[in-house]
Amino acid sequence: MNRARIRIAQVNPRLGDLAHNLDLHLAEIEAARADGIQVLVFPELSLTGYFLKDQTAELAMNLEAAELQRLIGESGDLSICVGFVERSSSGAIYNAAAWLERGEVKHVHRKVHLVSYGMFDEGRDFAAGTGYRSFDSIHGRFGILICEDLWHMTGAYTYLLDEVDGLIVTSASPARGVAAEGGARGLRSARTWDRLAGAFATLTQSWLVFANRVGFEDGVAFGGGSAVYGPGGDTIAQLDEAALLDPGRLDATLDGATLRRARVATPLRRDERPWVLASELAARDTDGRRIR
Amino acid sequence: MSALDVQVDLVEALLLRFLREELGAAGLSRAVIGLSGGVDSAVSAALAARALGPDAVLGVLMPYRSSNPDSVGDARLLAADLGIETREIEISEMADAYFGVAQVEDPTRRGNVMARCRMTILYDLSVEWRGLVIGTSNKTEMLLGYSTQFGDGAHAVNPLGDLYKHQVFQLARHLGVRASIVEKPPSADLFEGQTDEDDLGFSYAHADAVLYSMVDQRWNREELLAAGHAPQVVDAIARRVVRNQYKRLPPVIAKLSERTINQDFRYLRDWHA
Repeated sequence: MNRARIRIAQVNPRLGDLAHNLDLHLAEIEAARADGIQVLVFPELSLTGYFLKDQTAELAMNLEAAELQRLIGESGDLSICVGFVERSSSGAIYNAAAWLERGEVKHVHRKVHLVSYGMFDEGRDFAAGTGYRSFDSIHGRFGILICEDLWHMTGAYTYLLDEVDGLIVTSASPARGVAAEGGARGLRSARTWDRLAGAFATLTQSWLVFANRVGFEDGVAFGGGSAVYGPGGDTIAQLDEAALLDPGRLDATLDGATLRRARVATPLRRDERPWVLASELAARDTDGRRIR
Repeated sequence: MSALDVQVDLVEALLLRFLREELGAAGLSRAVIGLSGGVDSAVSAALAARALGPDAVLGVLMPYRSSNPDSVGDARLLAADLGIETREIEISEMADAYFGVAQVEDPTRRGNVMARCRMTILYDLSVEWRGLVIGTSNKTEMLLGYSTQFGDGAHAVNPLGDLYKHQVFQLARHLGVRASIVEKPPSADLFEGQTDEDDLGFSYAHADAVLYSMVDQRWNREELLAAGHAPQVVDAIARRVVRNQYKRLPPVIAKLSERTINQDFRYLRDWHA
């Protein structure tokens, strides 16, 4: 990959207010361009807000929608990853993230692992995406994972096989867990994300960009804490502790040389044995249960 | 250290943002809070004063004839500590007018009427003050249903609803609520010598421990008994939680059409379009 100056826009979208949120995106794009940023990443469902319920279908848009076309027009050499509700040509509705650059839609990822437990009900409102496709941006090869997509190994594993330079993880993760037991510091939810992100950066030997939103929807806070991880799993950029829960911008520089060195030192992709998984899957039904 | 201890600085950071943002979503930046002189309303008021600024918070003291004078005294001192404006409106005439007409003697009924008188005043003053009524109900009393529906249970936003009583006390100390409020036994203050713990038949510490395991940790009855909780307390608490579910939900609507409010017409309060 080339050297790329990347920014996470840790924003607070207003629930269901497309016009407000489009303005929010345009302001971030203008600021990013002024600051020499090359890749600008927004959180999950950044154009619409998260707990949409019956608004999901009302706000679903195809790629020709005016709001997306406006953002596509702004992209140029600035690559933009934006979250939105996608309506496909068949009418299915997806929790999606689009990668925009050079005036076109380079890639759309549809969230595969919808979350439908506890406080979440995505399976009711969204269709599930069916795959993880990496793509070659002008700034490097990336794979997008939307929130729960990082809680399953499938996506990250696929992107490992594709030798991506970076995992782009967008999220609208609620802040929860304030217990002090055992000397805990910070949100339990944030600590879990930090462990997951560090582990997957390590296992894929790639950059990992974690863009989470902030703000409240009916009393539920989103936990922010956006961060960038290096291929060794170390956090290379994060917001100050006092700024974790507030709107903010987090910048980092990604480059190919660091990846190359990390992959020489620890050649995990080279030593991966995809045929082991292939033969395991060949002995199982489509639900993963062994039949041979 | 208790398993229920929270990180008070983190809780404060979340609750200040919660108050600012949820009031803002309603297009408001001011708050009205009934001050009883107890720890819950003290913590709600202290949070609101920090989140919105003392000038934006109105504390309303609404004693009844039989209220303990110390309650009003503590509420006045709290308001002075926080630097917030107060109104004192005695509800005796208002409540007695009805008690006389309807011959209400039952203490539970009388307590509920008083709580609803206070609700009426708070909602009226919220118009004058151009503020939102801030709740003071904690998770323990909401789960136990130890509150008056449409009385103290009525409010627009509630910063304390996910904090057990132990955690409210912890937050009160963190926020510097004066000792006279933090140290006195919690009381609904409907008659002399009344305490919450006598009413409930178990201590807050016990209720918190059982509810935390039952609700937050999803323990079943066998696991609660194995942890040493008395079966009669566990069962009494579990019954209260189930029986009072109605207080925690909006009224039941008879479904007739293809799309019914709160069934298949689903939007958050923070809905924008």
